[in-house]
Amino acid sequence: MSFSVTAPSSRTKWFAGILVVGYAIITILPLLWIIATGFKSPSDAIAYPPKIVFEPTLEGYVNLFTTRSRATEETLEAMGPPTTWYDRIVRDQNMIISGPSRYGERFVNSVIIGFGSTFLCMILGTAAAYAFSRFKVPLKDDLLFFILSTRMMPPIAVAIPIFLMFRNLGLNDTHLGMILLYTAVNLSLSVWLLKGFIDEIPVEYEEAALIDGYTRFQAFYKVVLPQAATGIASTAIFCLIFAWNEYAFAVLLTSGNAQTAPPFIPTIIGVSGKDWPAVAAGATIFLVPVMVFTILLRKHLLRGITFGAVRK
Amino acid sequence: MTDTPITRVAKATPEPVARRIRGLSDRAIAWIFVAPTLFLLLAVNIFPLIWTIRLSFTDFRVNRPNRDAEWVGLENYQRILSDSDIWNTMQATAHFLVWTIVLQVLIGFTLAYLINKKFKGNDLWTTIIVLPMMLSPAVVGNFWTFLYQPQIGLFNYAVGFLTGVDPASFSMIGDVHLAPWSIVIADTWMWTPFVMLICLAGLRSIPDSIYEAAECDRASKWRQFWTITVPMVLPFLMLAVLFRGIENFKMFDLVVQLTGGGPGSVTEVTSINLKREAFEKWRTGYSSAYAVILFVTVFGLASIYVKALNKVKQR
Repeated sequence: MSFSVTAPSSRTKWFAGILVVGYAIITILPLLWIIATGFKSPSDAIAYPPKIVFEPTLEGYVNLFTTRSRATEETLEAMGPPTTWYDRIVRDQNMIISGPSRYGERFVNSVIIGFGSTFLCMILGTAAAYAFSRFKVPLKDDLLFFILSTRMMPPIAVAIPIFLMFRNLGLNDTHLGMILLYTAVNLSLSVWLLKGFIDEIPVEYEEAALIDGYTRFQAFYKVVLPQAATGIASTAIFCLIFAWNEYAFAVLLTSGNAQTAPPFIPTIIGVSGKDWPAVAAGATIFLVPVMVFTILLRKHLLRGITFGAVRK
Repeated sequence: MTDTPITRVAKATPEPVARRIRGLSDRAIAWIFVAPTLFLLLAVNIFPLIWTIRLSFTDFRVNRPNRDAEWVGLENYQRILSDSDIWNTMQATAHFLVWTIVLQVLIGFTLAYLINKKFKGNDLWTTIIVLPMMLSPAVVGNFWTFLYQPQIGLFNYAVGFLTGVDPASFSMIGDVHLAPWSIVIADTWMWTPFVMLICLAGLRSIPDSIYEAAECDRASKWRQFWTITVPMVLPFLMLAVLFRGIENFKMFDLVVQLTGGGPGSVTEVTSINLKREAFEKWRTGYSSAYAVILFVTVFGLASIYVKALNKVKQR
């Protein structure tokens, strides 16, 4: 490392490190608490004082994925010994499994709608951002502000007309309908972010390609796209996360077929009130893909969002 | 930079004939690239918006589709603007907005500033700090009600542990005075990382040479901070505030799961109020007028703000 007058001293670094680590620990605590609660028994989950050391159980997960009904001692005895581990957990609560819960299909819906809308959003967003960045589009600034303004409408405000419109088009409560809706909502963010990234790629690269005889299209996908890959990746994560987590449209516009997990998780209830371990288990499973994604792509994410800002 | 050798060559080269024959003109490509986006936004955002505006002049009720809606003119608007409940929800929203933005900017900028000191392992800790913003506000809100439970909740227990207050003696979401803060805390926990990331982008965009020059001029660290760091990060910070402001103005999921607008209606922000009018009382026409007023408010504020932002950027 070369000598620099602006490099922070080691004491400054140490001090900064302590503060950031302290904040990170406070931040991660509620998350760890959610994950831990998923492995608690219902009585441990509501113990006072809150239990840090507890005997882990998969009861919450079993409760999340099954619907159960209460059984009398005689029925339980007549059924013979439980055959599987989850059967045993349910029997211990004096219950029998009466079928799967709807969590599984809700989760699959989230996957289809989340990835579908992200994919569509990246295609449309990259193309539009490129055009805004490189060409003289008439009324460019107004169009860009218009695109941003589509994000200002509260979802509830447009939910009724969208509901009526989707009903006429046969898109109500369908995956396609939700994919189109989330794509539209995310486009503002993706166009704005991607335009920032593409703006930073020197125009000279494309001009060189054009002089070499590339067409605009070729220059776009052979020169600009690879350069913008980090930007596209980090924008895609943001779009996916939004679609994955969206709640208002999902709760207002879907009922059965295409409902995603976020409206479902808070409705999980047990026999007596809220089944917190099951809610925590549902939340944990739902958080895991996003968390893994974030950790795997963190270099892209952190560099990605800073990349667009580095001046030439 | 406008006259680099390559651009000079590009300028000197006549419009390549090959490109005109093999490819489309730039203008056509621009339109092909922008059109699908504009079309989708028109269909899914603007068309419903116009529909909302039309409905706002009627007494249409979506739960009674067979009844003909009557044109009532500006009556809906008149009733909303003279309704004191609406002003209360606006106040709740404003309170919520101001505090979340103040806290998130302060904490977010501080964290970004510290992380930019490039201490060992800051990538890992940054990733941990960023995690909450990746989660679903509805699920987070739902789970924070658990953390806020008197006695058994982690939050109450931690506060009790640190301050000696009996954790069973206060309820964050049940108390009229504490409930708004329960939302501010959860929202700040979730969204500070967003402000932090954008500030970090701003900080990393400042070339070292500026500080080196300042160092040569013997400017104090404090002075460097106020005359270099802050002005250079300001446009980024303002962009973060714009996004957070718009999002929090229409905040729905977190609040609906956390307090549901209660206790009473102290945390009834505009979105929740609007949902009540539209989907519980089914006053579609009335709630459409309400939605239009909200939209005009955000749009107006954002327009003024973006103008200011552009001025700061051009400095």
